[in-house]
Amino acid sequence: MTPGSTPAACAVLLRRDLVLAWRRRGDIAMPVLYALIVATLFPFALGPEPALLARIAGGVVFVTVLLAVLLSLDHLFRGDIEDGSMEQLMLAPQPLALLVGMKVLAHWITSALPLIVVAPLLAGMLKLPGQATPVLILALLIATPLLSLLGAVLVALTAGSRRSGMLLALMLLPLCVPVVIFAAGAVAAAQEGLPWAAPIAWLGAGLVMALVLAPLACAAALRIAMDS
Amino acid sequence: MDNGVFARNNRRMPSADPSAIILEARGLCFLREDEPVFGPLDFALCAGEIALVEGDNGSGKTTLMRVLTGMLRPGEGEVRLDGATFSLDTMAGAVVFLGHQLGLKLDLSPRENLRVSSGLYGQREGVDADLALAEVGLAGFEDEPVRRLSAGQKKRAALARLLIVPARVWLLDEPYANLDREGIALVNRLLEGHAQRGGAALVTSHGAVRFAGGEPRRIRLHA
Repeated sequence: MTPGSTPAACAVLLRRDLVLAWRRRGDIAMPVLYALIVATLFPFALGPEPALLARIAGGVVFVTVLLAVLLSLDHLFRGDIEDGSMEQLMLAPQPLALLVGMKVLAHWITSALPLIVVAPLLAGMLKLPGQATPVLILALLIATPLLSLLGAVLVALTAGSRRSGMLLALMLLPLCVPVVIFAAGAVAAAQEGLPWAAPIAWLGAGLVMALVLAPLACAAALRIAMDS
Repeated sequence: MDNGVFARNNRRMPSADPSAIILEARGLCFLREDEPVFGPLDFALCAGEIALVEGDNGSGKTTLMRVLTGMLRPGEGEVRLDGATFSLDTMAGAVVFLGHQLGLKLDLSPRENLRVSSGLYGQREGVDADLALAEVGLAGFEDEPVRRLSAGQKKRAALARLLIVPARVWLLDEPYANLDREGIALVNRLLEGHAQRGGAALVTSHGAVRFAGGEPRRIRLHA
């Protein structure tokens, strides 16, 4: 790959973010640990009845994973803005939307993928029936990138303000709701032996739309944030 | 606002060939809450020319730089690059900017940081990361995390980017800050080499700086 070409730029940025995440491995482990703790506490709080746990398992795993992803979302662009790397990205010849997309991809790989890997364990701890587990994984594989993309837009929008954590949580809530409804709906349907393709398809449609629009919105929001 | 110095300078510009003008500002002005920060400014940078932006603290040097990179929108006037109106979308890596924030990742080594820069902006022929780092005096520190380098060494690591990236216009905001006497000579050497290759550079500084190759053109901002 020639340096400076678009594929080279994407590869180099993705690699940079993955290397940075690897050098701070503790930060990757944090959301996983959080999800494990929350999922462990539920049976203690609600009692160990398998029927009850199986009923709530899908929902609990989703909410836990989504919240764990949100934990790390706030830092998505902050480091780059603070050390001037964002300026370098904006002035690079490649479209900023593409570069931002790479950053979101790196964030998904480092924060959501480990959670998806441990999700079957969480589901098992909560007695989710075996036939629903593949649907759970599939729903997570579609829902988490969708959430990362939506979250990235909001992080970019709040990047200019100093204490953006609260604002981010408030703004993200309404966007999370449909994602959780469709994802948990698919798992519930699979649990009862009903067809579950429709909610998954809705999530997929949402993901495709977000893949196209979110990086553009992110780039525009970051330009505004840097314009001050 | 007194721009007399400037206008006169402009008329006396040595190069009459307008095709050699790389970066040009016309009536450039930046307003913050309707108060002018600087301007209106008119100047042109030709190939092989280095200009020094002078002004006191708060006179808008950094703001001017950010407007010239396209990150800030000018209140009035325009910036032209190679005769075309310039925006972030069209300039395609022709400009490299070195600001107060150096754009280095502290957890990466200087070499890894350079690899990111060359991946994004392209790599000049015949230069590689090790060569560029040796040139700025960081030989032996290539694999040290930037976090462990001193402020001056960080600055040098950022300066190495100028060597490796093929951009024709350099916008350097306070490149001399944190550098020792030898580092200042290094910046001057880099600028001289850049001018000889036909590049243009705009440098801000509030200190008096002497270039080895004669007096640079001066652009004065008034607070």
